[in-house]
Amino acid sequence: MDPYVLKTLNAERRARRAAILVTDLGDGRDRIVREGDPVAGELGAAIARAFRTGNSGSVEAEGRTFFLNAHLPQPRLVVIGAVHISQALAPMARIAGYPVEIIDPRTAFATPERFPDVVLHAEWPQDVLARQPLDSYTALAAVTHDPKIDDFALKAALDARCFYVGALGSRKTHAKRVERLLALGASADQIARIHAPIGLDIGAASPAEIAVAVLAQTIHAFRSRGLEAKGAVA
Amino acid sequence: MENSIYLDEARDPLIIAEGWMKDGKDVAIATVVETWGSAPRPVGSHLVIDADGNFHGSVSGGCVEGAVVTEAIDVIGSGKARMLEFGVADETAWQVGLSCGGRIKVYVERLG
Repeated sequence: MDPYVLKTLNAERRARRAAILVTDLGDGRDRIVREGDPVAGELGAAIARAFRTGNSGSVEAEGRTFFLNAHLPQPRLVVIGAVHISQALAPMARIAGYPVEIIDPRTAFATPERFPDVVLHAEWPQDVLARQPLDSYTALAAVTHDPKIDDFALKAALDARCFYVGALGSRKTHAKRVERLLALGASADQIARIHAPIGLDIGAASPAEIAVAVLAQTIHAFRSRGLEAKGAVA
Repeated sequence: MENSIYLDEARDPLIIAEGWMKDGKDVAIATVVETWGSAPRPVGSHLVIDADGNFHGSVSGGCVEGAVVTEAIDVIGSGKARMLEFGVADETAWQVGLSCGGRIKVYVERLG
């Protein structure tokens, strides 16, 4: 392995950016491919597949055998709102492989007693997200119903290209939210990425059922995400 | 913590390999490139080895690491990468085979 390749790979992994180490098993030469980098032909198709699935493996292309080692950041879920839904969502999402962090400035809601074993921030989203920015391997679910708390986080999630953005509230509530987000400077295309009403339509009624719907939608968004960065980011 | 969103720098084999390199050590990196049947570690898993035989990570959860370390020290000396294959059908199965019955292919290369 080329020492420079190893350094580059580790830097990408530390920054929570997806990268694939491509090694020619014939001559040992290797290189890093980042998400969105153009690679032609069969090798390019295999690389695109590896970015989507996160699966590593060998591929035959151009008469050679390449090993693709996919290094995808751990996906995670940030929940705005320490509410009843979040109490069910946090343990379910963790089991499914999506560690959860909860942000809610209302200290009566954001208590460790209500959320054992969860990373909990009893602070405004502005303050937490300034320290720990969102990224494209983060999902964000805003479930407080309170524009003062949800709106900033939703705008930040759209700007950070979070792989999933969901917001609790009826269609009527969402229509008002759209107006506010436009006023905050979000584009119509960005706003169209918000899943609202939140969750897959499984007829969820109780808070725990809504949590299942949100988790299912998060998983679907992660597993079906295209390489959206392609072309959009220079 | 399980499922941490950050790298576990103290235990991550590729981070450790980079640290060894900065310390001026000779390093080999072993990678699981293929598995058949029940295999203890997934494709892409790493074991990193220095010239003194220190190692971190795993390619099989303990079944064949000893053999991989020995090969890795040779690879550090020669600079020539090797493809190793381990399976229960191996004649050395009881020494270094996979008791789980699977087979794995491990690519061992020198860093630099």
